[in-house]
Amino acid sequence: MTAATAREVAASVTDPEMPMLTLEDLGVLRGVREDDGQVVVTITPTYSGCPAMATMRDDLVHRLSDAGFDARVEVALSPAWSSDWITERGRRALREHGLSAPGPAPRAGGPIALTLAPVRRRLSCPRCGSGQVELTSEFGPAACRALYRCTSCLEPFEHVKEI
Amino acid sequence: MSHSTPDPNATGGNVYDGLLEHHDVVGDDSQWAFGTDFEDPLAGVDTTVPEDVDAAALAAYCLMLGDDALVLSHRVSEWCSNAPDLEEDIALANIALDLLGQARLLLARAAAADPGVVPALPEGSPVPPEDALAFFRDADGFRNVRLAEVPNGDFAHTVARVLLVATARLAVFDRLRDSRDPVLAAIAAKGVKELTYHRDYAARWFLTLAQGTEESRRRLLGGLAELWPLFPELLTTHPVEAAVAAAGVGVAPADVGDEVEVVLEQVLAVSGVERPDAAALAGVQGRTGRDGLHTEALSRMLAEMQVVARAHPTGRW
Repeated sequence: MTAATAREVAASVTDPEMPMLTLEDLGVLRGVREDDGQVVVTITPTYSGCPAMATMRDDLVHRLSDAGFDARVEVALSPAWSSDWITERGRRALREHGLSAPGPAPRAGGPIALTLAPVRRRLSCPRCGSGQVELTSEFGPAACRALYRCTSCLEPFEHVKEI
Repeated sequence: MSHSTPDPNATGGNVYDGLLEHHDVVGDDSQWAFGTDFEDPLAGVDTTVPEDVDAAALAAYCLMLGDDALVLSHRVSEWCSNAPDLEEDIALANIALDLLGQARLLLARAAAADPGVVPALPEGSPVPPEDALAFFRDADGFRNVRLAEVPNGDFAHTVARVLLVATARLAVFDRLRDSRDPVLAAIAAKGVKELTYHRDYAARWFLTLAQGTEESRRRLLGGLAELWPLFPELLTTHPVEAAVAAAGVGVAPADVGDEVEVVLEQVLAVSGVERPDAAALAGVQGRTGRDGLHTEALSRMLAEMQVVARAHPTGRW
C-alpha cells in the first residue's frame, strides 16, 4: 500500500451529484498525503453551501477503507474552486452525459462589473450540437448549474456555470 | 394477515444487509445518503488567529457577516415552493443555499477564533459550534442588520432586498479577499463568485419589473420604498467593523459606500427608478442590528427556525 495507490483510489471516487465525473475531474480533489500512517485527503467545496461535501467525505473514507487505508478528509478553502479546474476528460464526460461544460471563468480583479443583460454564452446543445440555445435560468437543480433549452431539438439541458 | 418479524440474526441475510456493509468501520456512514454526523466545515483548516489580531473582535465581526447571511438565507428560503414560477423558486433556493454556506463558514470561523461566543449546551451534545450559534442564541445575540430580518413581502420586495444586500456584501467581500485573516480571506474569495450571481440576478429582475407592467412597477417601487430606510444601516461602520478594518482584517462598510452607490445608480437609472426619498430607520439609543437591537420580526423568525434544534439539544440527526 502506498500513497500513490491511495491517490489512485481517491481519484476514482465520483461526485455524488454529477456521477459521470470523478472528484479529480471536477477539480475538488486537492491532495492526498500520508500523515503518521493515515491517509489525509484534501477536498475543496465548489460552492460555500455545497450540500454534497459530507457525502464526498464519507465516500472517500469508505472507498479508502475498502482498499485497506485508514483515511480522514480535510477541507481546503483557498484557493477557491473554479470551474476552470474541471479537466478535459471531465468536460468530455459532461458532454457525453448531456450536460454542457463551462467556458472560461471570469477573471477576478477590480470592482466586479454589473451584468444587466441576460448572460450570453456560446454554447451548443449537448444532444444535437445546435448553437441555437436559450437560457432558461441562471440557477439550476444544483448550485453549479444553469438551465438551458435548445431551440432546434427543443430539449432542455443543464450547463455547468463559470465561476 | 400478519407478517412475521424478521430475525436480524438469520443467516440467510435480508435486503437491508447491503446498507450495513460498512457499519463496523468507525466513522464510515456511507450507507446513509447524507451521513449521520455533523461535519466540520473547517476540518483541517488552520484557524490560528494571526498574531496581533484581536480574536474577540474578529469573532464579533464574523458573527455580523455570518448573521446577515444566515438571517437573509432563512427569509429567502421561505420562498421555497411559493415563488412565482419554478425557475425563480429554484433560483431563490440556490441563493439561500449559497448564503447558508457562507453563514456556516463564518459562524464556524467566529467560534474557532473565540470559543467564548458559542452558547453553552448540555454535556454530551453533538451540536457543532456553528449550529450552536445559529440555533441557541436569542435575537439579542444576533448581529445582523435589520434589513436582512424584516418579513418577506412579494417577489418584487425580495428582488429589491437581494439587490441591496448582495450589492453591498459583494463590495465588502471583494475587499475582504485581502484580509490578514487567511480563513476570512478564503471565505470571502468563494463568496465573491456567488454574490456576483445573486446581485446580477436581482438587478436583472429589478429592471424587468420596473419596465414590465404598471402592476410590476408599482410593486417594485413599493418594495424598494419599504426597504430603503433599512439600507443605510448596512453601509454604516460599527465600532467593531472600524476596529477590524484598522487591523487589516475586516472592511469598513462606509469605505465601499461609493462603489455600492455606483452600482445601484446604474440599476436605478436603467430601470427609470428614482432613488426613494426616505430617512434611515433610527436605532434605539443609537443601537441597531449590529448591537443586537432588532425588530420583533427576528424573534418570530428565530422561534420557527430554532424550535426543533432547541427541543433536542443532544439530538443526533
